[in-house]
Amino acid sequence: MNQLNNLTKGIIKENPLLVLLLGTCPALAVTSSAINGLGMGLATTFVLFMSNVFISLVKGFIPDKVRIPSFIVVIASFVTIVDLLMQAYTPGLSKQLGIFIPLIVVNCIVLGRAEAFAAKNNAFSSFIDGLGMGLGFTMALVLIGGIREILGAGSIFGFKFIPEGADGILVFILAPGAFITLGFLIAILKKTNK
Amino acid sequence: MEYVIIIISAIFVNNIVLAQFLGICPFLGVSTKTETAIGMGASVLFVMTLSTIVTFLIQQYILVPLNLAYLQTISYILVIAALVQMLEIILKKVSPPLYQALGIYLPLITTNCAVLGVAILVIKKDFNLTESVVFAVATAIGFILALVIFSGIREQLALADVPKKMKGIPIALVTAGILALAFMGFAGLV
Repeated sequence: MNQLNNLTKGIIKENPLLVLLLGTCPALAVTSSAINGLGMGLATTFVLFMSNVFISLVKGFIPDKVRIPSFIVVIASFVTIVDLLMQAYTPGLSKQLGIFIPLIVVNCIVLGRAEAFAAKNNAFSSFIDGLGMGLGFTMALVLIGGIREILGAGSIFGFKFIPEGADGILVFILAPGAFITLGFLIAILKKTNK
Repeated sequence: MEYVIIIISAIFVNNIVLAQFLGICPFLGVSTKTETAIGMGASVLFVMTLSTIVTFLIQQYILVPLNLAYLQTISYILVIAALVQMLEIILKKVSPPLYQALGIYLPLITTNCAVLGVAILVIKKDFNLTESVVFAVATAIGFILALVIFSGIREQLALADVPKKMKGIPIALVTAGILALAFMGFAGLV
């Protein structure tokens, strides 16, 4: 029951992006389509639960004073692994996401969960927590990417549903659309979450 | 001429916040007052320029000759964290007034993705050292510009009658969207 709670809290009640407002940079930058959002979300999820598990395993050996720098090194290592793996197996996606893959290091969600959860709980709970937070982040990214893709390009996951020759509302694919979509999403969630 | 293009492109056309989405957290966090926006902006200018120089030298003279380019992310973030810490200590000793003014913003900068972003971008763009410095300074000025304009708007926004659920961050994001739309007018300038 407790583990289930750990898993689900990240998805809706404490959604890292839409409720806690962490990780806004990648959320705005890479969500011009649903598939990019999904790729970014999964990469972040991987880093999140791997670093959560690793940190909860070694937390006893790290002196309190150098806690934060050590966490950053652990996180940066997993980010490098993801970066290299994506360059090797999904080069197209890796190009699209560009510098936002190495920038997962400075995504506040990852360090935030390491500090707030993994440093205090056992490995299994930390794994579940990282997974839940990662999935919540991924869902939020796919949602934003989906909305922007539907409105901006008239397609979803690359399948075009508006007639040939017709255009979407271009502004939603460009930078301004990202800000506006996220703004309205947060407002809607505030209304339903009260 | 090349430098002019880099400067205009970094400040207006590819504004770091409004077009490249780096440094959104401080952009939303400290932009409620113009005064704090300027303090944050100045600290970013300082750290961004220094860290770009240091990471550039590390890349050129340590990582590339030793074939360790894959350690880029790890070494950069450590350099930036150490640099921020050092800067804090030095400022405290050398210039207490400046430390007073920038003090609270400095620790926040380690997790500002714009700083790491610029350090990685100059390597990706194959800039030389002078170009990198010009790019870093111009990018920071672009950051300050966006931050100051936005904080001015938000000071007005605090007095506006906004629907209750849109108050705070949602309306700020929509405003930022409109600001980004305005900045798109600069596209095609270079």
